[in-house]
Parts: sequence; C-alpha cells; structure tokens
Amino acid sequence: MMRRLFPHPLLSLTLALVWMLLVNRWAVGSLIFAAMVGTIVPLLTAPYWPDAARIRAPHRIPGYVAVVLWDILRANFSVAWIVLFVPRKSLRPAWITIPLDLRQPEAITTLAATITLTPGTLTCDLSQDGRALLVHCLHAPDPLAVVDEIKTRYESRLKRIFA
Amino acid sequence: MVWEIAVSGLLVIGGLFGLIGSFGLIKLPDPMTRLHAPTKSATLGVGAVLIASLVWFPSQGQGVSWHELLITLFLFLTAPVAGNLVAKANMHLLWRKRDIPPPDKGDWATFAKRK
Repeated sequence: MMRRLFPHPLLSLTLALVWMLLVNRWAVGSLIFAAMVGTIVPLLTAPYWPDAARIRAPHRIPGYVAVVLWDILRANFSVAWIVLFVPRKSLRPAWITIPLDLRQPEAITTLAATITLTPGTLTCDLSQDGRALLVHCLHAPDPLAVVDEIKTRYESRLKRIFA
Repeated sequence: MVWEIAVSGLLVIGGLFGLIGSFGLIKLPDPMTRLHAPTKSATLGVGAVLIASLVWFPSQGQGVSWHELLITLFLFLTAPVAGNLVAKANMHLLWRKRDIPPPDKGDWATFAKRK
C-alpha cells in the first residue's frame, strides 16, 4: 500500500524539500502543498521510471558529495590554469574509454555527471551494452592515469554507496 | 565591514572565473575542448556569486534565503546534461567516427545502428 502510494520515497522527500526551499517561508499551507507535490509528481511519473535506485550505504553519500565539491573547486583552478597559461600547441586533448563496474543506471548517471563536473573531463557517450563510458579530456598527457583516477576516486566510492 | 570585504572578495573571484571561462571559449582550439571551459570555470564563477549572496543578506539582517542553495543544486543537475548533449552534437557533426576510440564490445549508444 505504502509502496504503491509512494513509488519513490526519496524522490517524494526531495520534491517536498525543494518546494519548501522554493517558497522560502515557513507556513503550514506550503507544507501541505509540498506534501501534495511530493505525492502526486512521483505517482504521475512512475510509469517512466519503473526501477527505483537501490542505495546500500546512504551514510556514505555526504562523504562522496564532499569529495566531489572539493574536486569541482580543484577542477576550476586547473581548467583556469590551462586556459590562461598552457599554449594551444602543447595542449593534449584525448578521448578515453572507461570500462564500468557499476550496473545500476542511476549509479552510472551519477558517475557520468561527476566526471563532467570534475577536472578537465567530460562524459560524451555510453556504450551500447552500458559497460563503458566515452570521456573527453581537455589536457591529458597520460590518458591511462585519468582512467585510473576516475575508477579509484569516484567509481569505487559509488560502488560502495549503490547496492 | 568584515562582511562587506568578504562579499566583495567573493564577487571579484566570481567575476574573475566567469571571465576566464569566457576567455577559454576564444582561446581553446576546437569545439570539443571549448566545451570544457564554461562547464568548469563558470561553475565556480556562479558559485562564488551565490555564496556572496548567501553571506550578504543575513549580514544585513534580512534573514537567510534558501534560493541560492537551490540554484546551486539545479546548476549541478543541469550542467552535465547540457554538456553531454552539446558533446554529442559535436561528435556527430564534426568528428569522423574512426577518430573516436570504440568501446570493447558493440558501439557507442548514439552511433549504434538500429536493429
């Protein structure tokens, strides 16, 4: 019964929270509306989203977010450095493929978004069988090191979070 | 006074990174690398301005506004999607398929032949 009313409990909570933050004012009326949004939107979109993300270790999510935020900060400085001081000729852009150990679509999406937001890498495509990501690097003299860093720094952490 | 200095510092940093991101659009050699500058540097540019706003209004006694937090959240959700779509358009319009390394098995999803 609960399952049918709330097919995606986390999505419902997030939507309600986002609604409250959008209203930006504490009132019972907006809380009721937030609850309505959180109930109705997941119900309406459930047919397009049959599987729910299976999260095994939610307590590891803040740690992952902190690592990613820190890396976004570093990414900004390193990309700014490349833009300002690396001459066009010595720039080494590269395509790399990252074999995936993750299987959940939600986990792969998270990894792809993380790659785009962090140092000089951009996710471009997913392989047909869903087992590899195509990534473009802005400046990678050693492409294999980049693959290694992404796998150890982000994918291993995501593997622990998602079941 | 302290707050004003902090907010001014953040605004200058934000402006600087926004400028570098835009400069990257001119300086980097091809569309694929140009995509990197605005998806990265601009994030910190916008981020610094948002933090400045988050600091400024409470320090003026106007209460905390949560909208900045939401802007950050939406930015982080949408920037990768936009980057991914522009990259795909680039790959299909400006790259020859043999210059893009294939995956171990099959093909990249948007290049795959329909069965």
